[in-house]
Amino acid sequence: MAFASIFVPHFMVQAVARTDSSLRDRALVLIDGNPPSSSVVAVNEVAARMGIEPGMAKANAAQFAGVEIRPRSRTQERIAHAALLDIGWSVSPRIENAAEDAIILDLAGLTGIFGSEKDIGTHLDSLSAEFGLSAHIAIASNIDTAQIAARGFPGITVIPHGQESQYLSGLPVSVLSPSMEMAETLSRWGVRTCADFANLPILQLSERLGQEGVRLHALARGESSRSLVIAEAEHFFEEEMELDDPVEELDPLSFLLGRLLDQLCARLAARSLAAAAIRVRFELQPSFDNAVNIRKEIFREKAAPGLYEKELQLPLPTRDSKMLLKLLRLRLQLNPPNAAIQKIAIAAHAARPRATQGGLFRPSFPDPEKLELTIARIAQVVGEASVGAPSLVDTYRPGEFRMRRFLTPQETAEKNHHLKAALYPEEQSKNSKTPTSFRVFRPPVPAKIEPNIGSPARVFFRGLSGEVAAASGPWRTSGEWWQENSWQQEEWDLEIHFHSFSERNDLHAKCHPDCGLYLFYYDLPRGSWFVRGLYD
Amino acid sequence: MSSKTSALRLQVESALTARVPSPFQHRDRPLVDAVPAGISSVDISTGGFPRGSLTEIYGPPCSGKTSLLISALASRTAASEVCALVDARDAFDPQSAEAAGVKLEQLLWVRCRNVDQALRSTDLLIQGGGFGLIALDLGDTPPNIVRYVPLQVWFRFRRAVESTPTILVLLEQESNAKTCASLVLELRAQKTHWLQTSGCSEKISLPHSPACLLGGWKSHAEIIRSSLKRKTRVLIPRDHLFPNIGDGVDFEAEVLGNYSHAECGKASVGGGSRPR
Repeated sequence: MAFASIFVPHFMVQAVARTDSSLRDRALVLIDGNPPSSSVVAVNEVAARMGIEPGMAKANAAQFAGVEIRPRSRTQERIAHAALLDIGWSVSPRIENAAEDAIILDLAGLTGIFGSEKDIGTHLDSLSAEFGLSAHIAIASNIDTAQIAARGFPGITVIPHGQESQYLSGLPVSVLSPSMEMAETLSRWGVRTCADFANLPILQLSERLGQEGVRLHALARGESSRSLVIAEAEHFFEEEMELDDPVEELDPLSFLLGRLLDQLCARLAARSLAAAAIRVRFELQPSFDNAVNIRKEIFREKAAPGLYEKELQLPLPTRDSKMLLKLLRLRLQLNPPNAAIQKIAIAAHAARPRATQGGLFRPSFPDPEKLELTIARIAQVVGEASVGAPSLVDTYRPGEFRMRRFLTPQETAEKNHHLKAALYPEEQSKNSKTPTSFRVFRPPVPAKIEPNIGSPARVFFRGLSGEVAAASGPWRTSGEWWQENSWQQEEWDLEIHFHSFSERNDLHAKCHPDCGLYLFYYDLPRGSWFVRGLYD
Repeated sequence: MSSKTSALRLQVESALTARVPSPFQHRDRPLVDAVPAGISSVDISTGGFPRGSLTEIYGPPCSGKTSLLISALASRTAASEVCALVDARDAFDPQSAEAAGVKLEQLLWVRCRNVDQALRSTDLLIQGGGFGLIALDLGDTPPNIVRYVPLQVWFRFRRAVESTPTILVLLEQESNAKTCASLVLELRAQKTHWLQTSGCSEKISLPHSPACLLGGWKSHAEIIRSSLKRKTRVLIPRDHLFPNIGDGVDFEAEVLGNYSHAECGKASVGGGSRPR
């Protein structure tokens, strides 16, 4: 039985630097608290070597050259912790959420998948690097030893069974996490290392330090034993980035979005999940008008940033970050935010990825992801509401329909039909007549009618005039009388012979044999004639 | 001289090796797959609409070209293919299309406001790929506007669909694609049928009687151009295997009874119900 512990040193700092690789090699300091009393709460190794310590005032820290000062971000810490859990769940189904900066994995049965314990450690290390975290990894036969070794040793440490006390001997007692009082006591006794502590006689230790001392003694010897507290799987896939300088242009914004999407998709892939929808949220810079109003206020308040939110529903779950970025770009080009962006947050709704199998006799369908991109590009040209699949509405109102989102048809329902089509040649249509189609005028064209004995005799519309050669009607239709937009119409099918060629506009310039079949209607509430369309 | 010609030929062949193998070799026209358009007389005469090619259908308003297009869409959607309709003037009627057999959930409808939007949308759809039929409907666009579309646009569309199974159909009032189209059909309306409603004992006398229904009309489709040898799964008589230019075929369009939800007319003499 073996357990692995992943510990992220300087966790608060790494959480902030995770999405900005340029910060990792620089002296980075996090401050917290309300100005002007904000102070340093965390430093990375580079800053620590320069002499900056937690508790230092911000003004003092700022005096060091080349230091990057950022505010502490609890949201980033939550996201980094979620990423840490994703690393664990990508390898083992049994993990313990030991601390904000550490997790423990049960490695039972994993050597057959990942190889030796050393290989598992290497795999965890590379995953951590992929997620932007620099972690210590320790593998041991008991949980506490692995946890202590991860805190104490950098890099990858594999402790063979039976050598726990030997490996832990050189570590300071602080890795055992004693209470403050116990730490002072041990310091007075001159106990500095785990070896010193482990060599103390157990009976006398229990008399002086009680059960807590006995527990720490077992930890120092690597002899503690406990069960793993299994953490419940969470689905929290969100990435966030706060910008030093607000971004207005799409290209630099795309670069940042791409980075966040890469991280998000990597985390989804580690959990064998995909994104069914993506939600982006931008915090926008307060507008100039707000700033002017603020100056006029007696009690100055910081203007609340504007928010821009967009949700991208995907036809099928995917974790292709490039495709997601293209879709987001197209959506942002269509509806750009109205101010510069100072903070970006992207969240993914996780779902199981699609599993499809191509068929030999299936007709080709557009690839769902490519189709989504195509539709998004077309929407840029014609507008989002003008592209989709038409769908009839359950109403008697003439010409009523709605546009809905276009999705490729389900495969399984058509499987039998495709097989039949492949085995038998396509048969030519047997019908001798084809159904008539109609072309709609949107909006309906106003018309003037000269009646004769109760039916249209001459018509005038769109600069055209003609005689009615034959007419069928009136066919009355009405409905929804209980609503404001009720309708009441009298429809006529008219065969019209148009007047001389020179009087026609280009629409009917080549109408031959100088006639057409149109659908006219008289709108009773409005008291006007209109042309709904023509039969073609 | 012949040695100079040979040397020149060798030089051209070696320069084009990477792009065009055997540039001087005569190539037979490739066989293309053709599918039914859904109208038997048109299918027999033309062999169907060819895949990977541009088919142009033109004619004045009320000539039946929309009915032919909708019939083709119905045929393709019935074969479980995904189709797209780029509607330059937003003239598509979903009700009549569904009544004609088009499966609307398999039809991507792009509602444009001008020719430029229509051409750009068509370009994007062809590049996206995967569609069984893409129809560009310029039927309501004035011919003088469509004439300004450069020929290279049609040529580019034709090249883009060439190696794909997509049927590209162009609907217009007059022919513009010229030799870029592999199949060109001209449609003209002929006679209109008016039906007498039941219960009316009087003979219908035009120009008007309230006791009549629009039954449909006859259209004449003429093959103006057909440049492809096609292998077709459509059962056609031997002498119709290679359609001849100038071949004409008539088909009838019939007004169906179920593509609108209007109440039955009560005012007409004879009491016939109007099939809408």
